[in-house]
Amino acid sequence: MPDLSALNGGEASLASHDVDAVFIIPAIPSSLGNFFIPLLIGARDVAFPRLNLFSYWIFLAGIAVTLFSLLQPIDTGWTFYTPYSAQSSAAVTTLCLGLFLVGMSSILTGLNFIVTIHTMRAPGMNWYRMPLFIWAMYATSVIQVLSTPVIGITFILLAAERLFGVGFFDPAKGGDPLLFQHFFWFYSHPVVYVMILPAMGIISEVAPVFSRKPIFGYRAIAYSALAIAFIGFLVWGHHMFVSGMSTVAGVIFSFLTFFVAVPTGIKIFNWIATLYRGSITLDSPMLYALTFIFLFIIGGLTGLFLGSLATDVHVHDTYFLVAHFHYTMMGGTVMGLFAGLHYWYPKVTGRMLNENWAKNAWWLIVTGFNVTFFPMFILGMQGMPRRYAEYPAKYQPLNVVATVGSWFLAVGILIMFANFIRSLRNGAPAPANPWRGLTLEWSIPSPPETENFTEIPTVTDWPYSYGKKTRHDRGK
Amino acid sequence: MASKHKAHKGAPVSARLGIWAFLATELLLFGGLFTVYAVFRLSYPDLFHVQHLKLNRIMGALNTVLLLTSSLSMAIGIAAIRQGRQRILKIALAVTLALAAGFLCIKYFEWSEDFGHGLYPASNLFFGLYFMMTGLHGLHVLFGMLVMVWLLLRAQRGEFSADYNTPVEITGLYWHFVDLVWIYLFPLLYLIG
Repeated sequence: MPDLSALNGGEASLASHDVDAVFIIPAIPSSLGNFFIPLLIGARDVAFPRLNLFSYWIFLAGIAVTLFSLLQPIDTGWTFYTPYSAQSSAAVTTLCLGLFLVGMSSILTGLNFIVTIHTMRAPGMNWYRMPLFIWAMYATSVIQVLSTPVIGITFILLAAERLFGVGFFDPAKGGDPLLFQHFFWFYSHPVVYVMILPAMGIISEVAPVFSRKPIFGYRAIAYSALAIAFIGFLVWGHHMFVSGMSTVAGVIFSFLTFFVAVPTGIKIFNWIATLYRGSITLDSPMLYALTFIFLFIIGGLTGLFLGSLATDVHVHDTYFLVAHFHYTMMGGTVMGLFAGLHYWYPKVTGRMLNENWAKNAWWLIVTGFNVTFFPMFILGMQGMPRRYAEYPAKYQPLNVVATVGSWFLAVGILIMFANFIRSLRNGAPAPANPWRGLTLEWSIPSPPETENFTEIPTVTDWPYSYGKKTRHDRGK
Repeated sequence: MASKHKAHKGAPVSARLGIWAFLATELLLFGGLFTVYAVFRLSYPDLFHVQHLKLNRIMGALNTVLLLTSSLSMAIGIAAIRQGRQRILKIALAVTLALAAGFLCIKYFEWSEDFGHGLYPASNLFFGLYFMMTGLHGLHVLFGMLVMVWLLLRAQRGEFSADYNTPVEITGLYWHFVDLVWIYLFPLLYLIG
């Protein structure tokens, strides 16, 4: 017999992990964007600095309320499916308030970025001279602005369900629990692109710098970011294949899900084409960028398994899904973030990282990650369901492998952060442009002054003319 | 670059773009409720018809008139300050505030009447929607009023002129949006065929 109390505890801590990860990770694009959007477009600040500060305070308030509500273990899972979440004795209403505030902050930040990118670009920087990170952040912001209000109203309705007994999602009152799922995924699917698009933007910056080659297919990468944002809005139903949706809707959602793989594939091919015959240097940012490409190919392709109607019935809610999700979100988003942290660390802190320790950490992280999550694909195919504290003995060996892998991963990440902290004081002073990059942030001292640019630069070229004669007519 | 940051007339491009993007988010916020409305009205047409008869159409219609008029006074205020006429702006803002307050008063009496008849958000799906939609809209009216009080204080200090009136114009756009939502809410809730 499974130990039920342990099971409840496991469920609650899992839900907290999910809530933290999925609702708070959008803070990554916010923080990266705040620092680097103005730098990369040659501006002194975002368009609305006061609104920016305001959204930061709302974010802090939202996080405080969210964490407070998690003091009492939450037993709804991070998806808050009704009708259970409407009846659960956990602090769901408080959590709704906290996440609503975080969402508001996310909306205002996205709005600020959109306006900044439209109106604050340095003279001469037309749309096709923008760094690809900016294109990615633009697509990200559009998703944040257009999807977050929908989860906002969903939280309001869920709170109303609990506080006033409104029955929109309660079948006993004529409501429809599936409606909640539609609302929920209309936000929660696009938001995975909020997490992955900035990472893709980072890869588009790092790959050409460390290949000493112009980026291949600039416009294709730029437009594929927008395409991912757009198609990403139309695929939410693939989370509900087994929830009781009509077959017609299922087929359409399945088709659209496959379709979102096209712009993603375009990006991957363009990055690989950028590497082709480049003078590649394997500094730590590039190592993480290559890791991103490798892991994201696995994560992306396994997504297609889950997007196929028939296969999904087999692997739905199994460890296959857990593996896929972590290959995209950890292998993708987090590796992209690590690449960005190593790439921009000298710019942010004015110190160089210890490259040896960065590489040691990388080995541990990459090995640990694959040892942890790859067995989960196999476990899932064998039918091990997720979100249970107990499993049959036949799943034991691979679970042990995954656990051991997670230790390597954890140690690697610890070393990486230790390196970040140690280099703050002991790192060699960073020159303005340690990687010989061409984007604008490398044209000013490390770290940048408060107002970024003493003189706003005039842009005459795209930022990817590595090893080639510049083409001044580019982007006209 | 001057042309990029300053439109030919009125608020800077950044402020306009910002408020339009914000209104898009508002549209999606209310869009959730309109979706719920569409789903349940299709599923329960009879329930919606029977229940909507319990609403007070006269008060609803009166509120529509008040809010539409407040949009007019807001527009007059913006037109006035573009020509630098501060006194008319102040009067127009005060009138808009008064009309908005009137709207909320009527809404208060309407809700009290509903509660008196034992109609609550939990009563049925229609009244759940009615209270959620008018409640969220009412909060937007209230927020608009707070902003207008702030505008009025600034106008009192003579801060707005033909050259600088961005906050007035931006608030105006927001206010027209709040009005527009009501223009949809009124027929959807009070005038079901």
